[in-house]
Amino acid sequence: MPLLDIDNLRTWFYTRNGVVRAVDGVSLQVEPGETLGIVGESGSGKSVANLSYLGLVPSPPGRIVSGTAMFDGIDLIKAPGPVLRSIRGKRISMIFQDPMTALNPYMTVGKQVMEPLLVHDGLGRAEAADRAVQMLESVGLQDAAGPEARMRAYPHQLSGGMRQRVMIAMALVTHPQLLIADEPTTALDVTVQAQILELIKQMQQRLGTAMILITHNLGVIAGTCDRVLVMYAGRFLESATTRDLFYSPRHPYTRALMDSMPSARKPGEDLYTIPGLPPELTSEIVGCPFAPRCAHAKDVCRRRPALLQEVAPNHATACTRVQAGEL
Amino acid sequence: MTRFIMRRLAEIVPVLFVIVTLVFFMIRLAPGGPFDTEKSVPPEVLENLEAYYHLDQPLYRQYLMYLGRLVHGDLGPSFKNSNFSVNELIGLGFPVSLELGLYALAVALVIGLASGISASLKPNSARDYVPMSLAMAGICIPNFVLGPLLVLVFALWLGWLPSSGWDGPLYKILPALTLGAAYAAYIARLTRGSMLEVLSQDFIRTARAKGLSEARVVLRHALRGGIQPVVSFLGPAAAGLLSGSFVIETIFQIPGLGRLFVQAAFNRDYTMILGTVLFYASLILVFNLAVDVIEAFLDPRIREEHRNHA
Repeated sequence: MPLLDIDNLRTWFYTRNGVVRAVDGVSLQVEPGETLGIVGESGSGKSVANLSYLGLVPSPPGRIVSGTAMFDGIDLIKAPGPVLRSIRGKRISMIFQDPMTALNPYMTVGKQVMEPLLVHDGLGRAEAADRAVQMLESVGLQDAAGPEARMRAYPHQLSGGMRQRVMIAMALVTHPQLLIADEPTTALDVTVQAQILELIKQMQQRLGTAMILITHNLGVIAGTCDRVLVMYAGRFLESATTRDLFYSPRHPYTRALMDSMPSARKPGEDLYTIPGLPPELTSEIVGCPFAPRCAHAKDVCRRRPALLQEVAPNHATACTRVQAGEL
Repeated sequence: MTRFIMRRLAEIVPVLFVIVTLVFFMIRLAPGGPFDTEKSVPPEVLENLEAYYHLDQPLYRQYLMYLGRLVHGDLGPSFKNSNFSVNELIGLGFPVSLELGLYALAVALVIGLASGISASLKPNSARDYVPMSLAMAGICIPNFVLGPLLVLVFALWLGWLPSSGWDGPLYKILPALTLGAAYAAYIARLTRGSMLEVLSQDFIRTARAKGLSEARVVLRHALRGGIQPVVSFLGPAAAGLLSGSFVIETIFQIPGLGRLFVQAAFNRDYTMILGTVLFYASLILVFNLAVDVIEAFLDPRIREEHRNHA
C-alpha cells in the first residue's frame, strides 16, 4: 500500500486576473522509503501541488477544487485542522528552498529544532534539548565550542549551508515517514549543494523516510531519486524510473528538457532552448499543454486531453502520439 | 548591552545642552516679556522685578547663570507663579499627567494591539474592515472633538461618569479614553500592517509546516517581528502621552503638566518654558533609549549590532 496516494488533485487560484489552474489534475503515489522526484520549470505547479495537501496554500486566493490525498487511511484534503496539524511536522515534514528566509530570525536554532518535539511528542524541555543537540550533531552542525553553543546560535549567524542543515534537522527530528524537500539545494552554493543532497540521502536511509524531491534540476534528480514525475503547466507529462527517464525519455517535453541541459552540448556549441513560453494557466487547456511548443504536435494534440498512460512497464507518458506509437 | 546603555546615556547630556541653548535664545527672540501686562506697570516696579530675576543683565550672563543652576538640577523660579520654582511646578503637574498618560497608554496598547492582530489574521474580512475603519476615524477625529463628544454622551446624557475634574477613579475614564483613542487607532493600523507583512514571510510557512497551532504561530513566531514598528512608535508616543496633553487637560480640567507648558509659552515665563521643554526632551531621550533596548531584546540581529559598535 502506498504511503501517500494522491488522486486527481486540482488547486486553483482565484485572482483578479482570472482563475489560475496552478495544479490541474495530478495523481501520484509514494511508497514507504522511496524517493520520488518531481521535476519541472518554475511555475509548473510542483510546489503548490505539495503544499496543497498539507493545507499550506494560502486561502484565499488558493482553493483545492478536487482530489483526495490518502495518507495512512486519512484523506489529508478533507481532514480537519487539528488532525492535519498532528500529521504536519510529525509524520510529514518539509524542507524549503531558501534557508535564508525559512528559519525564524528571532529564535535560536535550538528552540526551532526542539519545537516539533515539544508540540508533537510531548517531550519535556530537557529531553527535547538533548534530542535536538543529537540531531544537530548528526546533520553535521559542529561548533568548536560544542553542540550546545550551536543550539544558542541565531540563523543569521550561520551560512546558507549550515542553515539548510538546521532545516533538515528540524524536519527529521520527529522521524517523519515522509519528507517533502522543495528545491532544497537551489539557493545554495554549488559546492554546498552536493553535500546537502548527500546529507539528505544519508539521513533518509538511516531513518527509512520516504521523500518527495521537488526540483528543476535534472542533475539533482539523477543522483537521488528512484522514480521521477515530469510536471508541466500543472500536470504530469511523464512518469518513469530515473534510469528509464534519462536513458529513454518518451515525452517530447522530457526530451527537450534533456537537450536543454548544458552538458548535452559540445563546448562552444549554442545551448538548446525550447521555443516559446509555458502557457498562461488562466485559460483552460483542452489538449496537450505542451502542444504549442512541441516540434511533433499535430491537430490531435490540441484537441484530445493528454493523460498519463503506460507505454512500457513502469513508464507512462501523456503524449498522445507516443501512446499511438507514432513517435 | 550595559556598555551600549551607558554610551547612550552619556550622549543625552550634549543633546540636552544643545536644546537648552537653542531654546534659551529662541524664546528671547519672541516679542514681549514675562512682565508685560495690559495695565501699564510703573517703571520702578518693572526695574525691581527685572533686577530680581536678573533680566537686566546681559543675555550671555543670564545664560551662564541659568546653566550654572541647571548643573545642580535647579530649573529656577517661575516668573509668573512667583511663589513656586519650576521644579515644584513640574513636581505638582507631572504625577497627574503621568497617571493619566499611563491609563491612556494602557487603553492604546490593549485596544490597538488586539484589534490590529485580529485584523491581520483575517485580512479583508469584517474582522479587518470594521476595526480598521474605526481606527481611521480615530486618527481623523481630533481629541478636542472626541473629548466633548464623550462628555456629552457619558456625562450629560447617560450620567454615568463625571464630566470633568480629577478626584477619583471614575474621573479618569473619559480623559484616558479620549487621550488614548488616537494612539490606539494608530497602533492598530501599525500592528495590522506589520503583522500582515511578517505573516506572509517564509518562516511563518515553515512554522505552519511544523504543525504548530495557529495561536503558537502567531504568538511565538510572528509577534516578535510584528510588534517592532509599534515599539519604535511607542518611544515618542509614550513621552507625549506621559508629559500631558494641553487639550485634554483643558477639556477635563485636569491639573497636569500640559497646561503648565502652554500657559508658560503664552506668559513668556522663560524659566518655565525652558524647564518644561527640557523635561519633555529628557523624557523623549529616555524613552527612545528604552525603545532601542526593547528592540535589541526582540531582535537578535539588532543586539549583535549593538555589541559590535560598543
